[in-house]
Amino acid sequence: MPKKLLDSKEIDRTLTRISHEIIERNKGTEDLCLVGIQRGGVHLAERLAKKIKGTDGADIPVGSLDISFYRDDIRIRQPAVSRTDMPFDVEGRKVVIVDDVFFTGRSIRAAMDAIMDMGRPALVQLAVLVDRGHRELPIRADYVGKNIPTSGGERVEVMLAEDGHEDGIFLVSPGELNEGGRQGREHA
Amino acid sequence: MRAAGRGASMLNSRHLLGIKDLTAEEIMLYLNSASSFKDILKRDIKKVPALRGRTVVNLFFEPSTRTRTSFELAAKRLSTDVINFSAPSSSILKGESLLDTALTVEALGADIIIVRHSFSGVPHMLSRHLRASVINAGDGTNEHPTQALLDAFTIKEKKGGFGGLQIAIIGDIIHSRVAKSNIYCLKKLGADVRLIGPATLLPECFRELGISTFNNMEAGLEGADVIMMLRLQLERQGKGFFPTTDEYFRQWGLSRKRLQAARPDAIIMHPGPMNRGIEISSDVADGGNSVILEQVTNGLAVRMAVMYHLDERKEQ
Repeated sequence: MPKKLLDSKEIDRTLTRISHEIIERNKGTEDLCLVGIQRGGVHLAERLAKKIKGTDGADIPVGSLDISFYRDDIRIRQPAVSRTDMPFDVEGRKVVIVDDVFFTGRSIRAAMDAIMDMGRPALVQLAVLVDRGHRELPIRADYVGKNIPTSGGERVEVMLAEDGHEDGIFLVSPGELNEGGRQGREHA
Repeated sequence: MRAAGRGASMLNSRHLLGIKDLTAEEIMLYLNSASSFKDILKRDIKKVPALRGRTVVNLFFEPSTRTRTSFELAAKRLSTDVINFSAPSSSILKGESLLDTALTVEALGADIIIVRHSFSGVPHMLSRHLRASVINAGDGTNEHPTQALLDAFTIKEKKGGFGGLQIAIIGDIIHSRVAKSNIYCLKKLGADVRLIGPATLLPECFRELGISTFNNMEAGLEGADVIMMLRLQLERQGKGFFPTTDEYFRQWGLSRKRLQAARPDAIIMHPGPMNRGIEISSDVADGGNSVILEQVTNGLAVRMAVMYHLDERKEQ
């Protein structure tokens, strides 16, 4: 059985804390925007925007970023390209990149390159729900939901209600089969 | 789902030789990705590093400016290095065989070779001898697959889909690889296709595919959602297919008056280059229903999508 690391309540509390940290660190919400990395980060970015609105009253624009064209490893490309949807100009903004699981750092590198090609943000920060270690690039997160030490062979799966599951984060051991039909995101 | 996330390509072949060989799913993969590439073309930085380090060769044995330029720019937007190799300036004049030329180009390190030739089947023959991906940029009177994909992309953008759409293809069908690729493509996507033109330029064989043919322009245009004009291939004429170009325009040219037979929101397409006053009048070509220049822009996005996915397929 995959081990449950965070349940629905804990995920919600974690996101509430991160939303407060984002407001605090940036001294408010001026020029702030959230950019979720597809697919895992987008729902989380939307949830964070809702929480920031609840606290601060401000509507924070949320973008959805497909990093296919910027990946350094062609073998982990997605077979179909999704559409990047950035309903705002990143020029001069404080951009918070949001992802579900922080692993090698390669996706974040790709996301930063993609954002830089759209304009020159005032600053870029990173918020992740889970940091599972094993970085391959000198990149760190500004906001971390939970640090989860893992071994290289393990996988972290994030299930979200937006995809028709109960919220939950699971640690899957090497060789352990996933339940059929579950389509949480894996981060091997 | 999970296996697919590991970069499994949805394409059956590492070459794009014709629409005839593609499934509807493969066509839709290209069209959907083309939307993302079109977004990139609207940015200030119109370039992504997706194919950095790859080499693309335009191997054109037939004159072409717009298709070659479109492929060249699309390849550059993907951060590849591009070489143009065209017949008149190359060793072909010195008697080198077609295959030797292609093998030489491949030995230079080409990953994708884009081929245009006046003989049907040349890209297919080369694909059997090359490790590079071959893209057919037009072979004789056979196919011009990227033109059909960019036309389908334009139709999808303007009309939202293909089901039940009435699409009229008009003109020199028999000589047209554009028409052939479009017929395969649009039928696979579920549109209704009809062909209009003089009997001498309109082969009967397409009726087997459930396609209606018309010799009368007004009858054929009735209720059309999409009007696809073809270039009258003047260089292939002079064999008595029709009396004169004036007569051709009177019978099968698209004028504002004729347009009234189609639906008011019909879009007008042309693969270019246009013969104004022969197959299409200037006021129609430049009018509000015309999407001819958008086709050119869309061609870049579609060709980027094709090269991107073929490269991905090769990596497997």
